[in-house]
Amino acid sequence: MSVTAERPTLAVWKFASCDGCQLEVLSLADRLLTLTERIDVAFFLEASGSRAEGPYDLSLVEGSVTTPDDARRIREIRAQSKTLVTIGACATSGGIQALRNFADIDAFTSIVYARPDYIDTLAKSTGIADHVTVDFELRGCPISITQLTEVVTAFLDGRRPSVAPSSVCGECKRRGTVCVMVAHGTPCLGPITQAGCGALCPAYDRGCYGCFGPAETANAASLMDWWGDVLGVDAGSRVRMLRTFNANAPEFRDESRRQDEQVDHDTP
Amino acid sequence: MTAQAASAAGDAARPPESAEVIKADALEDLLDGLGRRGYTVVGPTVADGAIVYDELTSVADLPRGWTDEQSPGRYRLARREDEAWFGYAVGPHSWKRYLLPPTHTAWSAERTADGGMRILDDPSPVPRYAFVGVRSCELAAIAVQDRVFIRGPFADTVYARRRDEVLLVAVNCGDPAGTCFCASMGTGPRATTGFDLALTELLDDEGHRFVVEVGTAAGRALLDDVTHRAAEQRDVAAAVDITDRAAQRMGRQMDVTGIRELLYDNLEHPRWDDVASRCLACGNCTLACPTCFCTSVTDVTDLAGERIERQRAWDSCFTLDFTYTAGAPVRGTTRSRYRQWMTHKLATWIDQFGSSGCVGCGRCITWCPVGIDITEEVAAIRGTEPDESGENET
Repeated sequence: MSVTAERPTLAVWKFASCDGCQLEVLSLADRLLTLTERIDVAFFLEASGSRAEGPYDLSLVEGSVTTPDDARRIREIRAQSKTLVTIGACATSGGIQALRNFADIDAFTSIVYARPDYIDTLAKSTGIADHVTVDFELRGCPISITQLTEVVTAFLDGRRPSVAPSSVCGECKRRGTVCVMVAHGTPCLGPITQAGCGALCPAYDRGCYGCFGPAETANAASLMDWWGDVLGVDAGSRVRMLRTFNANAPEFRDESRRQDEQVDHDTP
Repeated sequence: MTAQAASAAGDAARPPESAEVIKADALEDLLDGLGRRGYTVVGPTVADGAIVYDELTSVADLPRGWTDEQSPGRYRLARREDEAWFGYAVGPHSWKRYLLPPTHTAWSAERTADGGMRILDDPSPVPRYAFVGVRSCELAAIAVQDRVFIRGPFADTVYARRRDEVLLVAVNCGDPAGTCFCASMGTGPRATTGFDLALTELLDDEGHRFVVEVGTAAGRALLDDVTHRAAEQRDVAAAVDITDRAAQRMGRQMDVTGIRELLYDNLEHPRWDDVASRCLACGNCTLACPTCFCTSVTDVTDLAGERIERQRAWDSCFTLDFTYTAGAPVRGTTRSRYRQWMTHKLATWIDQFGSSGCVGCGRCITWCPVGIDITEEVAAIRGTEPDESGENET
């Protein structure tokens, strides 16, 4: 296709995160070179030292909001971004660091830091959409580069990204993986977790860990009841499985609270 | 066999009109004969804790001495007391993954220098499969999908081309699972039509052998290549006894009397709310089902903007996107989606295609992660408890 003089600009931003999703962007490798023929990488500190000023046509945002400064900075970024796409579990739901949301932040900082009074942090770790309008949320811990390519391609072509919000089970069945829960009794979050990873863990005989967060219309209560009543998973384990990378996603969060109430009278 | 095969539904008690016998060893020769004829042989084999369908290279790949224990939401491999090669019911896979591929590129195209689009040729040949170990319920399922994909006003070429090439070696079912109910649906356990060859495995004092019924000329030619003899009366009697006893040991039953009217009359039954509270809307029932045929079509462009592919993939009426139309899904609640699936399978399917969409294989029951049981849901709507007198306890 002909390259127009005015290529759209891309910015990649980091909030509280491990940088793993930005590394996935870099792992596009030769596809990244193809991408740069259609888009100007204006701001991407993990890849380049250039810091072109906004506004930006497409912003990819990694990480969660955990400090007052984060909360201010994301508003500035939103104001400078025509399209804002969050990438990864942290940016979508608050990430693993949202485990703080279930505890007392002052208790944590008093234990971890010699001078907790130096720490300026928020009580909760939250996803970007809790602070500004997000145009598209790309799930995963980390994101799938196939889905990332699809979202960026769809942006460039002006169409809706084809990213299914349905469950991991569809991916298992399409690739022919034998259900680890039905055939092995392995607890698996796949039925309530959004597809996108290609059903990686079940293909290696592991249950799904829920990296891509709740699927559409996730019925976490029914699955947890089955885990407890039929698979014999104790309430403490049920809570821990729901509280990982997407602990603060509403469907997982609310069900983990319900399960937490059963921990005391379900401990062996 | 060609796509003109009729429904496999039949009378379980009907003895084969003429039959032959091959020793177990001759099955290897039969598989070799398929290979010589250019078929890719697909059949049951043990993998990942289940009896799945995969390519077979020899009878050594068969699940010798294995069986399956199945109940709602549960499947386990178990050792048999004998060394039967086909001593199980059905597994997680169905033959539809070979006739209706889970993902398929319908066509692809690239941008031309003048700004137009050029459709690219697809040089991949149509695969030529021989299915070995097809159950009677599965012959019925293939017949159902034939009606959907070939008999309608528009034939699905992907399915039709593959279907035309397929050779079907049925093996009658002697050990139904705890979730089986083909006897209720009139689809088994004895295969009566729709096969090229139908085998019944016998393991008795007279040795490990198969009683073989010939369904087509292709089956005849295949059998004539291997050592066989005419079946004696006691061979036939033993073979019929296998499926007669299987019919009495169905793990589940479904009363299908007036089921179309039953479901049409109960669209607001409180049971739909009950099942919706348990249903995960994960789509496993539809994807495991050998007759569910829904796919979605997506156009995928490449990053350079030079190439486009139209991809078709298995989808499910349980996903919201599947009925997304004009800004919203047609069926927004799990209640409406489960009701749609079950009433389609058991009732509106009859109006649409002239038969039930259910063949009683029990996959939707076994492979539901939370064990929702379609026979139990029907019984609940009928206002009775499910009759489990035929429970298959192993």
